[in-house]
Amino acid sequence: MYFGLSEEQQSLEDNIKKYLEDNASLDSIKEVAGGDSAKSADIHKGLLELGISGLMVPEEYGGLELDMLFASVVSGALGSGTAPVPYAGAYVMAPIALTLAGSDSQKENWLPKIAGGEVVIGIGLSEYVGAREDAAITASGNTISGRCLFVMDGKDANAYILANKAGELYLVDAKAKGISLTELVTVDKTRPSIELNLDNVEAELLPGSESNQEVINKVLDAGRLMLAADSIGASQIMLDKAVAYSLERKQFGRVIGSFQAVKHMCAEMAAELEPCHSMIWHAAHCYDHDPSQARLMACHTKAHVSEVGQQISKTATEVHGGMGFTDELGLHYWFKRIGLNRQLLGSPELVREEAARIQNFDQSPAGGQSKKEVGNPLLV
Amino acid sequence: MDLEYGPEYNDFREEVRSFVKANEGVNLLGKSLRSSERVEWQQKLIDNGYFARSTPKEYGGFGGDIDILKSRIIAEEFAKSPIPKPLGGQGIQMLVPTLLELGTEEQKQAYVKPTLRGEIIWCQGYSEPNSGSDLASLQTKGELDGDEWVINGQKIWTSTAKFAQMCFCLVRTEPDAPKHQGISYLLIPMDTPGIEIRPIMQMTGDADFNEVFFTDVRIPATNIVGERGEGWKVANATLTHERGSLADPDVMMNRLYALIDLMKSETIDGERVIDKPAFRDRLLRVQGKVLAQQANALRLLSSSINKGQDTTMARFITKLIGTELRHELEGLAIDAMGEMGTLYEDSPHLRDSGSWQMSYMYFLGLIIGGGTNQIQKNIISERALGMPKEPKIPGA
Ligand SMILES: Cc1cc2nc3c(=O)[nH]c(=O)nc-3n(C[C@H](O)[C@H](O)[C@H](O)COP(=O)(O)OP(=O)(O)OC[C@H]3O[C@@H](n4cnc5c(N)ncnc54)[C@H](O)[C@@H]3O)c2cc1C
Repeated sequence: MYFGLSEEQQSLEDNIKKYLEDNASLDSIKEVAGGDSAKSADIHKGLLELGISGLMVPEEYGGLELDMLFASVVSGALGSGTAPVPYAGAYVMAPIALTLAGSDSQKENWLPKIAGGEVVIGIGLSEYVGAREDAAITASGNTISGRCLFVMDGKDANAYILANKAGELYLVDAKAKGISLTELVTVDKTRPSIELNLDNVEAELLPGSESNQEVINKVLDAGRLMLAADSIGASQIMLDKAVAYSLERKQFGRVIGSFQAVKHMCAEMAAELEPCHSMIWHAAHCYDHDPSQARLMACHTKAHVSEVGQQISKTATEVHGGMGFTDELGLHYWFKRIGLNRQLLGSPELVREEAARIQNFDQSPAGGQSKKEVGNPLLV
Repeated sequence: MDLEYGPEYNDFREEVRSFVKANEGVNLLGKSLRSSERVEWQQKLIDNGYFARSTPKEYGGFGGDIDILKSRIIAEEFAKSPIPKPLGGQGIQMLVPTLLELGTEEQKQAYVKPTLRGEIIWCQGYSEPNSGSDLASLQTKGELDGDEWVINGQKIWTSTAKFAQMCFCLVRTEPDAPKHQGISYLLIPMDTPGIEIRPIMQMTGDADFNEVFFTDVRIPATNIVGERGEGWKVANATLTHERGSLADPDVMMNRLYALIDLMKSETIDGERVIDKPAFRDRLLRVQGKVLAQQANALRLLSSSINKGQDTTMARFITKLIGTELRHELEGLAIDAMGEMGTLYEDSPHLRDSGSWQMSYMYFLGLIIGGGTNQIQKNIISERALGMPKEPKIPGA
């Protein structure tokens, strides 16, 4: 038995972190946040060279065909560097959707280009997860109409994969007629958000997703794991920064890290965060190796990490006093990234509700043997 | 226990209501601070006794009796309406009470009225780069040269310094005295030569607070409140005013109503968020906390009428609980909106002008500002619970 990252996974994480430290400093992130798109394109290019786009693409389509643990490790590293690049949607969810449900020609068309870093595919699942303002898309013949909010990685995308309410997935070329794109401005300036309005736009169904929610659920699980991993990476950095600052900053003639109040804030952050690292490993493992637990683990990991991340982003800011509130120190880039991750693909309440549905809580008889019905994800 | 305000108060409430109704059309949105429209409105509130009610007429107030129940009724009725609220800010909430209590006759004459009218905006120059929680270690220097103070040093996190006309400032004037006894409370006109202001950008995207640099800044020797070396005492008189005002339960109640409205209008798959048990329970928990805070405020109100009612603890907890609660309330609104809750600035689909995200972040700032919540916990345990202080580091 070995529970942990492999050497390859560890070194991939290290490489990406190193790349971001060298090429995506806080100053660069600020430039990106200020609208410098050439800067984010540079960072994106460098990360493509490290292979982030091909992780999930099968070998026969020119990818690395790695597992979810690799994908999570990369997402964590991107979160720790607040990397202003597409990832969860374009390079994890899209290739998974195509691989699981695409026709041969769709796979041949798109997967090699994803692996080669030539295309970005945006993913719109928000309406399936929980539609706001009654947004939805509906298909008629080979076209779709309606609107999709918060399409992930949708800005400057070459195509989109969009879900209808039944969880069927449609592939749409970004240049197709009848699409209008609206930029949404969120607190997180490292990952743009968009809304799509579609008026009889030509679209291809991913055939494997027809009347089959298993595909979209698998894509959703993967996306939630990526968001959780991203928040874990970001939270770890915030904790590290808080500890480092507490050893530097002096008040009352001593470093603030010598006050028990400050030590306890840091210790609580660490105590909450440490199990999250293990949780995402386990959830990623279940994703690939234990279908009976995969969905439950993905939901809980997403929801739990969202709560822990929120607490850490607040507490780490507090440890920095007034400095924590400034743009200069820039802690807020991580704070806001964690804040957006919390809401994408379902806020904690929604995702926990889903966890209850997965376990058929509402259909269990009173006093039923829930242990047997549900199974224990750790005893498999 | 007697919670009736009594018949005379019912009449008063009717009077306030009709004023509020008659003025519902007044809208000062977009009118800048100190604009004639704002000053006129402020004066109208004073003339009717709805603001600066118990401040003596000679200093620009309404000159009424101290009647806390009436103040309460005014606050309640104003909170229910969109009419412009009386101006707040550090000048009105901190400086005016301090001057009325400890200022000289000349200082009261010069500053109280224009501050109440909104003609003078003040900023609070306390914190320094090396003196935040340990405020009493501040190093900005003031030396008396003839009939002038000469000030050198730096302040930081000074909110509203950019558009303030005056600064109430803590300055070390007695370098040889023990640290708490070497500080004086000075009133500094912000247009004095030698003052430089550099805005600091905040996580909210605004630059409300600033660094303020003083280089040989000369002000009249009379611009001191209290005696030399008494600044710490004077400042502490105002810090309690600030801490009370950071988490006003009336404002909190207003926000709660707005949150309830929001949760009724936001839907997920066509179902109102307020109908979802998990969200509804969170809302009700927050409501319970707000009601507890409001009751706590009633107790504070009662103690100011009934001398001898001890509310030490009730007072010390308000900043800690109030700022945490506002942060929680605003955060719940974001969750209720889901992805829509992350929208900001001028985004399409933005709800309530983005005020939920703004306040969510801003109240994290206030958890830190005005004495951090860790320092509040020290104060509660040491001053209200009587627990011992942490041993001092020798020489600190
Ligand atoms: C939004 C905002 C507005 C502000 N406006 C003003 C203003 O108008 N005028 C003004 O003068 N100042 C203002 N401030 C400054 C504010 O008062 C200080 O930020 C605050 O007192 C903390 O000081 P600091 O930033 O130096 O943090 P530090 O004192 O360095 O604190 C860092 C961390 O150490 C902890 N800590 C420090 N000492 C202890 C201790 N003894 N025990 C336990 N924990 C401790 C703190 O709680 C905090 O978590 C403002 C601050 C903010 C955030």
